Amino acid sequence: MTGLYLALALILLLTICVGMVRVLRGPTATDRMLAAQLFGTTAVAILLLLGQATENTAIWDVALIFALLTAIAAATFVRRRDIDKTTETEDQNDRH
Amino acid sequence: MTVTEIITTMLLLASLPFFLAGTLGLLRFPDLYCRLHALTKADNLGLGLVVLALIFQADNVQQIIRLLLTWLLVLIAGATVAHLIARKARGDGHKHWSRQ
Amino acid sequence: MIDLVLAFDLILMTTLISLAWLLLASRDLFRAVVLFIAFGLLLALAWTRLGAVDVALAEAAIGAGITGTLLLVGLGKLGSAERCRRTPRPTTFLQRLTPAVLIGIIIPSVTIILLLELRQLQIVSSGQQGLVLSLLDISGTDHPVTAVLLNFRAWDTLLEKGVLLLALVSIWSLDQARPLFHQEAPSPVLKGLSQLYLPILVIVSGALLWQGGYAPGGAFQAGALLSAGILLAILGGRSLLPAWYGMPLRLLAGCGLLIFILIAAATLLAGNLPLQYPQELAGALILLIEIVATVSIAVILAAAVAGGHPAEISATEQQQPPSSEGTS
Repeated sequence: MTGLYLALALILLLTICVGMVRVLRGPTATDRMLAAQLFGTTAVAILLLLGQATENTAIWDVALIFALLTAIAAATFVRRRDIDKTTETEDQNDRH
Repeated sequence: MTVTEIITTMLLLASLPFFLAGTLGLLRFPDLYCRLHALTKADNLGLGLVVLALIFQADNVQQIIRLLLTWLLVLIAGATVAHLIARKARGDGHKHWSRQ
Repeated sequence: MIDLVLAFDLILMTTLISLAWLLLASRDLFRAVVLFIAFGLLLALAWTRLGAVDVALAEAAIGAGITGTLLLVGLGKLGSAERCRRTPRPTTFLQRLTPAVLIGIIIPSVTIILLLELRQLQIVSSGQQGLVLSLLDISGTDHPVTAVLLNFRAWDTLLEKGVLLLALVSIWSLDQARPLFHQEAPSPVLKGLSQLYLPILVIVSGALLWQGGYAPGGAFQAGALLSAGILLAILGGRSLLPAWYGMPLRLLAGCGLLIFILIAAATLLAGNLPLQYPQELAGALILLIEIVATVSIAVILAAAVAGGHPAEISATEQQQPPSSEGTS
């Protein structure tokens, strides 16, 4: 069973690596933020699997903290005062 | 292999397509609103299957509660963030993708 | 199976290093911030792989809850879009040469040397682990990390609280805090999330604090989580009661260091070395320090995100619905 947990964790880590392309490419700030949010969910799954594979459920506490806190960065992003227009300019230009 | 191990294996294998679909959607969907689906639906379901799989291997009730709580919190956070991001995107005037 | 673990670690390591490079080299500062958030996520994974769950907990709480928010708020303060994009300067010949030398010579040679060294690596000595475990009975706690942090090496932790306080004083001396977020009411969904999550964050933070007595956890992790709770409350449209901005806030920020110094003075007066607890009181004293430090760390971290001294904010935010989240 341990092999399966680790194999799945490995594949999930690879999906994070591949998903990083979206952070790099954008095109808008919102796209990048959304990708980072997705990594949070995947990381929770990886941590749960690692915790089970190593039979150290203290690792599940790390997963719980991620589950509690991933929303905060995104909430800050939508509520902060100066919206970063830099990466949005291409999109705005397309619209007109 | 016991029955619970078979169930766990099947659930874990079932979760994989959802995670892969989530990443694929993040990369290949044409606009932000479509990509939000990848964020909220696919991965949360994949995580749910992983949690369910681990529940079958749990030693006691406390572990089951911890697993379920983690999933529940991820679901709530994911739904909220999807709403917030979509709202902001609309406010910023992101255009919808269409086939033309 | 060993191969799977090795593959996992190698991929994690490579990704971490390339992420670090990408975010440092990124010209778009927003992209750099998002990469840094992802970096923190993977770093927490790396700490669990190294078996340091305590550090992973702290990294998760700080990385996911505080630094992302801190950097996003800081980026907003930078203001105009021009300043967010670093302007490239013309490179000199030497600068153009650097990547070539780095990639062509230095990285391969360091890798080869490291690989050669790895082959001869002996089993790592367990350091002071045996000593700590043999003294665990008299430390007043059952978790070796907590025993080291709050008993055997309590001086380090005292100074760490001093460093945190000093950092806050520096931040306060630089600027005045401005309201962090839009004045308009947040989405009702965000308000709901903050109302739902706040009690959970406080409970989990308390649980982590208590858990520090026998398992990974403790004051820093709990404090970081609590400060994330304060941030979430602010995001949900709440603000600190203006009456709290003066002395109470300063006292709360300073109380972690203060309690340490008081206990050091008390142990000194009792005829021991400073911070050498009497054995029968050790457990109680450690718990007292941890509880006070948790509150103090939470307040310091949350105040650091606000990014300035709170002198005049009370006048501008008087009309906001009051709440006293900082005291929870």
